[in-house]
Amino acid sequence: MSGNTVTRAQLTEAVYQEVGLSRHESADLVESVLLEISTTLAQGEMVKISSFGSFSVRQKGQRIGRNPKTGEEVPILPRRVLVFRPSHVLKNKINTNFK
Amino acid sequence: MTKSELVARIAEMNPQLYQRDVERIVSTIFEEITGALSRGDRVELRGFGAFSVKARNARVGRNPRTGASVEVDAKAVPFFKTGKQLRDLINDRGA
Repeated sequence: MSGNTVTRAQLTEAVYQEVGLSRHESADLVESVLLEISTTLAQGEMVKISSFGSFSVRQKGQRIGRNPKTGEEVPILPRRVLVFRPSHVLKNKINTNFK
Repeated sequence: MTKSELVARIAEMNPQLYQRDVERIVSTIFEEITGALSRGDRVELRGFGAFSVKARNARVGRNPRTGASVEVDAKAVPFFKTGKQLRDLINDRGA
């Protein structure tokens, strides 16, 4: 494990190298892809990317939580959470180099 | 929404691009993330979320049907933590 962090900059660079667009256009496209996925999920629709994984939104009911510092009971309001399920292809790729 | 629908929507927003280029752009993004994770790197996309790899120790599992013990090897699993902005967007709290 190398422990480096990849950010939008590296994704932009990869898109720039792959297609004949400017760096600026490449950055805009990376952003549009993330935004399109986000707004689709916000509408409650699932996003499935083949050989990568799927993102879905799950509804959670209200439950009683506790402030761990004070022990005080606090209600955790109903909310929606995002769940990512990696595909088998992604899981396998990650394990080929894992030791 | 599937990957091909995502490609179609991005292509619609960018009429100056060929659909096959949009296809390559979308694929490149996910290939980069996959490549980074298989090197053991983290991928941090502020506002969206972060992908990382978590190690799982070897353990003794059980076949739920037969109850037989099975050795499960140590492995790495991909993990995604939703970014704050996206979490808020999903809960209609604006972004």
